[in-house]
Amino acid sequence: MIEIRDLHKHFGDLHVLKGIDLDVKKGEVLSVIGSSGSGKSTLLYCINSLEKIQQGSVKIDGIDVHAKNTDVNKLRQKLGMVFQQWNSFPHLTAMENVALAPRIVKGKSKEEALYIAETQLKHVGLGDKLKNYPSALSGGQQQRLAIARALAMEPEYMLFDEATSALDPEKVGEVLDTMRLLAEEGMTMICVTHEMGFARDVSDRVAYFHQGVMEEIGPPEQIFYSPISEHTKKFLANVR
Amino acid sequence: MQETITFFSGFSTPDLWFLADAALKTLWISVLSISIGTVLGGIFGWMLHEGKWMAALTVGSILDIFRSVPLIIQLVLFYNFAPMVGLSLDPFASGVVILTIYTAALVSNVARGGIEAVPVSMRKASRSLGMSYWQDLRHIVLPIGGRAVFPAWIGVVLGVMKDSALVSVLGYVELLKASQILITRTQEPFLILALAGAFYFALSYPISRYAAKFEQRWAQ
Repeated sequence: MIEIRDLHKHFGDLHVLKGIDLDVKKGEVLSVIGSSGSGKSTLLYCINSLEKIQQGSVKIDGIDVHAKNTDVNKLRQKLGMVFQQWNSFPHLTAMENVALAPRIVKGKSKEEALYIAETQLKHVGLGDKLKNYPSALSGGQQQRLAIARALAMEPEYMLFDEATSALDPEKVGEVLDTMRLLAEEGMTMICVTHEMGFARDVSDRVAYFHQGVMEEIGPPEQIFYSPISEHTKKFLANVR
Repeated sequence: MQETITFFSGFSTPDLWFLADAALKTLWISVLSISIGTVLGGIFGWMLHEGKWMAALTVGSILDIFRSVPLIIQLVLFYNFAPMVGLSLDPFASGVVILTIYTAALVSNVARGGIEAVPVSMRKASRSLGMSYWQDLRHIVLPIGGRAVFPAWIGVVLGVMKDSALVSVLGYVELLKASQILITRTQEPFLILALAGAFYFALSYPISRYAAKFEQRWAQ
């Protein structure tokens, strides 16, 4: 379970997150929507400690992420993350991309790591691209590679930071399908997304962020069909 | 009739061996300075990247001096003034010290460029997989940044190897000094300098070829 309490984040003078309270249960799929600069991506970075926080707390299964004595490298193994820029490692083949972290972080043998890599690449539909370098893969394929790479660490939670925003329109579908697949398998997911269809169809809950505040959270039906907040109404009217 | 005495004698085969031996000395002083200088330069480059203004102020300014003052002046100054502080080094050791620092000064900027060539988001991705700072540096930044600045580093290597000729002013008999000795004796500057040039070429060319091969392989 992810427990976020009174989370504040500043970038210099900019107050990006203004007191977020949020719980995400095991097996839940939460979509976070909102306009650019609303702080939704920053929230993900604060959850796995890629960004420091100024106030409040984030707990993963009871472990305080930002506590001084927390081993973040160990904690991050629980949290897979997929970025807007897919960030494939260009010097490694697809298989090596996925096998690297299991080998050096978890200390698996080379054979074991490669086996995990092969399994995960097949899982995301890249079974025929094992030996390809990222430069030979399309954006959609590289993003699926990034998902496989995160899954290879056997995370309990997956954080998606606008995973489809940098893709060509015709490649968005294949990545969303992979994310859908994970949701069906019961993965706990927090998806920062601009894909309203995905948020509506796949999520258990949807949160709307506005200027660093979580304006509204609830089941997709509520957010999309009878939003309470005026800001949510306005935002949805604009994206539709 | 008095016989004419000649002080000069022509170029002969043993002289070729003399040159080849000197070429090996050039190679040796270069390999030594470049290896140590590259490691030091890598560390300095990392300090410049991580330490920001503190490092820029200290390490950065010192390296700037070594980068900006002509190598020949550094060599002569160091060789003649080091004994004053109790550091009495022979020409070879003095050459290695200065060439090493000179290489480190050049490589530090190359190394910093390499680290900065790796996108921040890629480093966040590797950290998000649970890699430690050092694992990220070793497995992501080193190979990716290293490849990005490899051509620049090769440029430094070739430059330092040719600049090692300046150690001849200290009296170390490397390729250039050997040529000067032979020219004085044989009075055949054109032939000898052409030969010395050929030796430098023979040392440099395989490095550029080999480097080009690497780059080609990485470009895939």
